[in-house]
Amino acid sequence: MLRLDHVSKSFGLGAFGSRSFLAVDDVSLRVAPGEVVSLIGESGSGKSTIGKMILRLLPVSSGSITFQGEDVSTHTGKALKAYYRRVQGVFQDPFSSYNPIFTVDHALDLVRREYLGDLSGQEWRRRLTSVLETVSINAGEVLGKYPHQLSGGQLQRLLIARALMLDLRFLVADEIISMLDASTRIDVLNLLGDLKTRGLGILFITHDLSLGNYISDRTVILRHGAVVEMGATGLVFGNPCHPYTRALLSAVPQLHARWGAAPEQQAPPVPGGSAPGRQAPGTPGATTTAVPPAGLVATVERSRTAPGRRAALVEIEDDHFVAPTGNG
Amino acid sequence: MSVQVKDLKVYYRTLRGDVRALDGASFTIADGEIMGLAGESGCGKSTLGRSLIAIDGRMRYVGGSVSLDGAALPLDDQAAMARHRFTAVSLVPQYAMSAMNPTRKIGKLVTDLLRSRGIAPDTVLGEFRRRLELVGLSTDVLARYPIELSGGMKQRVVMVISTLLDPSLLVADEITSALDVSTQKAVAEAVVEFRDRGFVASTIVITHDLSILVQMADSIMIMYAGKPVERASTDAVVSSSRHPYTRLLLSSLPEVGVRYEEHRLSGIAGRPPSLLNPPPGCRFRDRCPLAFAKCAEEPPFVEVAPGHSAACWKA
Ligand SMILES: Nc1ncnc2c1ncn2[C@@H]1O[C@H](COP(=O)(O)OP(=O)(O)OP(=O)(O)O)[C@@H](O)[C@H]1O
Ligand SMILES: Nc1ncnc2c1ncn2[C@@H]1O[C@H](COP(=O)(O)OP(=O)(O)OP(=O)(O)O)[C@@H](O)[C@H]1O
Ligand code: SF4
Ligand SMILES: [Mg+2]
Ligand SMILES: [Mg+2]
Repeated sequence: MLRLDHVSKSFGLGAFGSRSFLAVDDVSLRVAPGEVVSLIGESGSGKSTIGKMILRLLPVSSGSITFQGEDVSTHTGKALKAYYRRVQGVFQDPFSSYNPIFTVDHALDLVRREYLGDLSGQEWRRRLTSVLETVSINAGEVLGKYPHQLSGGQLQRLLIARALMLDLRFLVADEIISMLDASTRIDVLNLLGDLKTRGLGILFITHDLSLGNYISDRTVILRHGAVVEMGATGLVFGNPCHPYTRALLSAVPQLHARWGAAPEQQAPPVPGGSAPGRQAPGTPGATTTAVPPAGLVATVERSRTAPGRRAALVEIEDDHFVAPTGNG
Repeated sequence: MSVQVKDLKVYYRTLRGDVRALDGASFTIADGEIMGLAGESGCGKSTLGRSLIAIDGRMRYVGGSVSLDGAALPLDDQAAMARHRFTAVSLVPQYAMSAMNPTRKIGKLVTDLLRSRGIAPDTVLGEFRRRLELVGLSTDVLARYPIELSGGMKQRVVMVISTLLDPSLLVADEITSALDVSTQKAVAEAVVEFRDRGFVASTIVITHDLSILVQMADSIMIMYAGKPVERASTDAVVSSSRHPYTRLLLSSLPEVGVRYEEHRLSGIAGRPPSLLNPPPGCRFRDRCPLAFAKCAEEPPFVEVAPGHSAACWKA
């Protein structure tokens, strides 16, 4: 339903945009109805930029984004409004999405005025009741309240409810649970799971691999704006092939296993070098990382200025693609 | 005993009354111990951490004591507390990274900070450089601006500064939460490294991410609505916790390998009580699946097994 084909985005830097920075580098991916695709990568890897291009908050520099067969970038006026009825985004900080001086009902009213003006009051209330039920919100507990009187989880669910009031087909969920507590996180994740069973396509942006693994059908690993590995979640997590994916997986903190084993392995990372090899519990074949995660390197090692096609991903098994090493 | 806290109470003054954010905490941290402090947002973790360093104008010291290496900290005299700061106790505050002035080079920020603490930069810069390298940073970060550094690099710079004078107690508040996994790991390893090398004696690591605590903490204390509810070794908290809140919290965490299709996890229904006028009795009562009549009385925080304390009538 949603396709990105060779999408790149560069930002101008410096006076008159004399230098440019390639934030998204030749990304192609697709999301089917009823599918959750997680987009995983470290800070600055271009995840939000991709989300914003899908939501038309940023124009693409090259490549195309198509939704249900139509090129998204050509939409204007009525067509754009129709697009927003079907495609919506929810972002990281629920508090900043509400105006603190109004009750949360105000945020819902805005949607009604903008998109659903022709709905009768009765029809609106009927739809609201059913949508609030979908997101497990007790209307009496939430409506009429100010944002600061509600929990982050309630606010996030209400934002999803607001999107669902429209004829929503596709949701961009950008770090929607990273500000929430563990105890409410899982409820919001389960809600995404319910929505996908109703046929919604979801792009789930996160830097938390466990959350991505829990909820998504397919996974895309992004590094420096480019895809390094993607495919069925079980394959990407179960048989990670790109050194970067392996390095990420071995760094995931787990409740019942500690990173590395012997204390003498706890040597600090070497600048510009690779971290000592760690065996990721449960990831067969994880060995010494050839590519250090960018966070460990003090210098930016690849120039992100030159756009252009990268070498194609290699399909190593059914629905599992990996970038040739040296590509990311 | 390096750090000893007894029945510490610190409230916030507000127009509507006192917010009882830290309402009686007792615990000790040994020399060389890293204690993790976890619990949901608003339970008082930062308030506890901050109280050990400085009780500022909006906070009110209500009672209790803190001693460091046997000497009591002058909690009710903030001018006296200030003399301990940085040398005896040091804090890496929540959001420390975003507080860096973006228009100054890192090197300039560091020397300004040192001067403001009355330390001549020349006397410590050599050691500062040595420690930067220890946490995997090359010294040319000093010539860079904060935006040129990744979050994890900034966080490590802040840590090196905060521990430069080898404090007895370091409080690190949410230093890994804004970071992605690979950077989180580098920062967590730096905390352990600093302990191993004796740069800090005792450390409190605050986060609401339990899996990261498992990687670096020797013991964990869980707080709920202004009070500690459980404290034990990291292994005991993770594998044999005694408090219902801890157990629910652990069971709501997805680990790599757990999938929505195969195993549906669940959160904890309800919300913590307001700390303006918290209800009497166990504060977890409204959400606790084991609550019974006695829970209307407040459960004491007592040892339920050797080295394992909990505040629950059913623990
Ligand atoms: N308007 C802009 N102008 C210039 N550079 C930008 C702009 N927006 C983003 N960038 C840069 O593009 C890169 C990708 O940013 P993006 O926000 O997509 O990252 P992200 O993967 O979402 O990271 P995070 O996990 O921190 O949210 C970053 O290096 C960022 O600094
Ligand atoms: N300046 C203040 N005035 C009034 N109440 C405050 C103030 N600062 C904090 N509080 C309240 O005190 C309680 C404890 O806050 P604290 O910042 O210690 O929580 P925390 O456990 O660190 O949470 P988080 O995980 O969100 O950082 C909260 O209920 C908070 O709303
Ligand atoms: S004291 Fe009672 S309400 Fe509180 S945690 Fe224990 S059983 Fe639950
Ligand atoms: Mg982002
Ligand atoms: Mg805090």
